[in-house]
This record gives sequence, structure tokens and C-alpha cells, in this order.
Amino acid sequence: MSLHVHFLDPYQTGSSLVHRLDPRVKLILAVAFILANALIPSGAWAIYLLMLTLSLSGAVLSELGVGFVLKRAFLALPFVLAAFPLLFTVPGPTAFSVGSVQISMIGLERFASIALKSWISVQAAILLATTTQFPDLLQAMRALRLPRLLVAIIGLMWRYIFVIVDEVLRMLRARAARSGVSVDASLRSGGSVVWRARVTGGMAGSLFLRSLERSDRIYAAMVARGYDGEVRSFPLPPLSTVNWLVLGGGFFVLMILVTLAVLVWR
Amino acid sequence: MFLKPMVMHIPDGFLSVAVSIGMWVLAAIAIVFALIRVNRDLGEREVPVMGVLAAAIFAGQMLNFTVAGGTSGHLLGAALATILLGPWAGILILTCVVGIQALIFQDGGILALGANLFNMGVIGVAVAYAVYRLFQRIAGGQKWGIFVGGFAAAWASVFVASLAVALQLAISGTSPANIAIPAMAGVHAVIGVGEGLITLGALALIYAARRDLLKIGDAQPAGSKVVLIGGTLLAILLAVLSPLASAFPDGLERVAEDVGFIETAQEPLYNIIPDYVFPGVSNEALATILAGIVGTLVVLGVSLLVAYNRRKARSVS
Repeated sequence: MSLHVHFLDPYQTGSSLVHRLDPRVKLILAVAFILANALIPSGAWAIYLLMLTLSLSGAVLSELGVGFVLKRAFLALPFVLAAFPLLFTVPGPTAFSVGSVQISMIGLERFASIALKSWISVQAAILLATTTQFPDLLQAMRALRLPRLLVAIIGLMWRYIFVIVDEVLRMLRARAARSGVSVDASLRSGGSVVWRARVTGGMAGSLFLRSLERSDRIYAAMVARGYDGEVRSFPLPPLSTVNWLVLGGGFFVLMILVTLAVLVWR
Repeated sequence: MFLKPMVMHIPDGFLSVAVSIGMWVLAAIAIVFALIRVNRDLGEREVPVMGVLAAAIFAGQMLNFTVAGGTSGHLLGAALATILLGPWAGILILTCVVGIQALIFQDGGILALGANLFNMGVIGVAVAYAVYRLFQRIAGGQKWGIFVGGFAAAWASVFVASLAVALQLAISGTSPANIAIPAMAGVHAVIGVGEGLITLGALALIYAARRDLLKIGDAQPAGSKVVLIGGTLLAILLAVLSPLASAFPDGLERVAEDVGFIETAQEPLYNIIPDYVFPGVSNEALATILAGIVGTLVVLGVSLLVAYNRRKARSVS
């Protein structure tokens, strides 16, 4: 009765070109793509369209399909609500009005730009996470000079996430099993909000204690296998020519797009 | 989705480049400090303890309870981790949790990760620590200090972090200050109560089962004064700044303009030839068309390469 690991891990097995690309190149390009997206001034619709074309090209190349990536990308969109007031508060000529509320042209442009940017950026992040296995991503982080200790902690965290998520699911199942509803409608069930919160708090507390004890056992097991506090890892292989070309080409394309956008729309 | 996205994780596209990079720098400084401190305190035990507890906080965020009408309270865990393990370990644990959420689950952006790390990892932890210690001192070692302090620390960590999110959005020009700040503050004042109650329940259980753990949290690790002072300052600063910015959005607009000014100041970097919209072309309309054509050609080239590769792959298989 354990959790299906793949339910949590967004990695999609495959052997496409994007899957086979070096994780270092993928991570750098994803970050560069998102940075480029942020540098494009608002209202540069043509450039947004081209950026979207790039991210969708990636989706096609990854053999995950455009639909798959686009559908996932919508999940991050509710935050757009934060930019919603811009429609009414940015001064400028009125685009159109709903009743007595006026929507300004500049506000509309800024709002649409933010929503589009966010949507396109998250596609790059999705591509990275779905085509790169976690251990490879860890290697890429190391190559990018993230502190070795931090990478080691994240690696161990990933190793135990599945175990502990399982534990949480068992706790939730147990709580659901205890929480009966009486047939007699006059009997209130579920207690007060404060009581429910405290029950959940108890679960969090025991989860914490169990995890602390588990970390003791893990530490003992690591010491028994010769762990001495030093994090050792294999040296990373050099990048192949193809990977260098993809990296350089990616940078080149992004730079041209950002330069064009800034020159024309700023 | 299985893990509900929290309101506090800022996605990419919502922060200006200047704000994003500034937050990355601040977060990085705090994290490096935390790494050094935790390494000194825990030594070789650091990797297993921090790793497993980060996984526990990540999984613990799935714990929820129904409030009313389909809404539910969640645990964020910054205060709980801080109270039990001290501020430095708290920063590290939250860093791992927030980082994985962004990188793997797209819960928060990658460029915006610096801001998210700073809000939840640094502000959340520092404020929780400062508030908890304050109550400990007032209670003078009495039992209620742990519980009242725990509740207050959890509430304050969520509330103050949300003020920081609203301010960053306002400075980026994404959300007007006089709307974003009251809205974020109002929502998180309520969410904070849920966080506080869960933290309280967790502390009650730990007090009953392993009182020694709470004693360990009492022993102040060296250098935690910095966090104490930093947390207090951050809390006061944000608490004062937010209503101010909310009441005088024009002032913040000026900050936004100044920050925007920093960005426009970079323009010479792009302006290879001044006075021309497009290098070599002075007509604006013509330049726009040219830019569109050049850009399209570049992307078309990439797309053709993609299509060519696909065809080759298909003909091979």
C-alpha cells in the first residue's frame, strides 16, 4: 500500500534529444531562457510569440508533446490574480470600460505581458523537470558551483521524500479512518476548527519526531559504511562538442531575441 | 494537484529583473552563512539530519485540516523547524524545501527563487526565531512561553513573509501597493492562524513525548544573535513599511521607477549605435518590421532544425 513513486516525480522516461542533452546544458539554458523572458519589455508581442515558439520546439523535441507541456504550464497561472489590479490602476488612455470601471490600455498591456511571460517561463521549467532525472540535476547543480554540502543535503532529501510522503499518506489515511460520521444527524462530527487543527498539529509533531529518529538510524548506517562527513563525488565528464554547440546556439538565439526586443520596444 | 501551490510562491514573470537578482544576492548570503554555522554545530551529522528533516517539512506541507466551505489550513513549517532546530538549520531546511518546489514542481519560479528563498527561508525563519525568543524571555522559562511563543512565531513568520511578497510585487510594478499589501496581509493573517494552530499542536505533542528536544532548542547556538536582531529588524521594518507603502503608493511608485531606472541604465549595453532604433536604420516603423523579420528568421531556423531532426529520427526508427 505504498505511494506510487511516479506520482510525485515529474520525470517522464524517454530517450529524445532533449532527454539526452547534458543536464548542465539543460539547466543553464532553462535559466537563460527564463532570464531572457524577464528582460523582454512589456508589449513586445512578436518576441513573446517567438519565445513561445522556442519553448514549444523544445516540447516537440522532447517527444512529450505540446499538449502535455501546455496543460502543465496552466497550473502555475492562478498567481496572475496578483497582477489583476493593474488593469484598473495604471493611468493611461482607456481601452474599454465595463460599466463604470475603466480598463486602461497600458494596464492591459502590462497585465497581458506578465501573464504571457509567466506562462512561457514555466514551460521551460517544466521541460527541465520532466526530461532530467533528479541525480543528473544534482550533478548539474554541482557543476554550477553550488556549495557541495547543500547539494549533498538536497540529494539526501530527495532520497527520503518518497519514504516520508508515504508516512504522511498513512497518517492521513488513519485520520480519515478514525473520522466517522454518525447516522444520527443530530450528533455533530468533526469537532471544532481549533480541535481539528490540533489533531493535525499532533500529526506534524509525530512526523517530525519520527523523522528525527529516522535520521539517527540513517546516520548510523552511513557511518557503518565508512561515512566520515566528507562529501565525495565523481568528477564530471567534459561537455561533448554537440552539447557545446547547443549551449552556444541557445545563448546566441536568446541574445538576438532580447537585443531585438530591447532595441525596438523600449 | 497533489501538493497545493501556496499563495506565497512567486512564479517567474512577476518580479522585475533588478528585484529578482537583488533577492538572489540577499538569499545567497544568508544561506552561505547558515551552511557554515550548521556545519560547525552539527559536523558530519549535518547531511543526514538536514536532508531527512527537509523531506519531513516538504511532506508535512501535505498535512491539512478543513476549515469551512472547502478551504483548508496547511502547514508551512518554517516556525516549527526553527523552534526545534534553531535558526541556521531552519534556513537550510527551508532552502532545500523551497528550492525543490521550484525546480521540480514549478511551485514558484526559478528566477524568482531568490525572492522565494528570502521570503520563506530567511524572513520566515528569522522572524519566527525573534518572536519565539521574545516570548521565551517574557515567560521566563515557564511552560506557556513555549506554546504561546510557538503560536505567535508561526503566525508572525507567515504574516511578515507575505508582507515581503507584496512589497516585492509592488516594487516590481506588478501589483499596486495599495491593493497588494492589504490583500496579501489580510489573507495571510488568516492563513497564519492555521499555521499557528498546527505548530501549537505539534509543540504540544513534542512537549509530551520528547521534552528534551525543546530544551535543545533553548540553548542558543553561537551567532544566533545576528538572526535575533535581523529578525526583529525585518519584522519591524516590514510592519512599518507596508502600511506606509500602502497608504502612499506614489512613494513606492517612485521606488519602482528608481529600480526601473537601474534597468534602463543598462540600455547603453544594448544600444550599439545610438539614435538608431535598429542598427543602421533610422525609420522606426521600418526598424520594427526588420526586427520582426530577423527574429522570425532566427526562430524559423531553430524550428526547421527541430523538424529536420524529427524526420531523421523517424526515418531511422
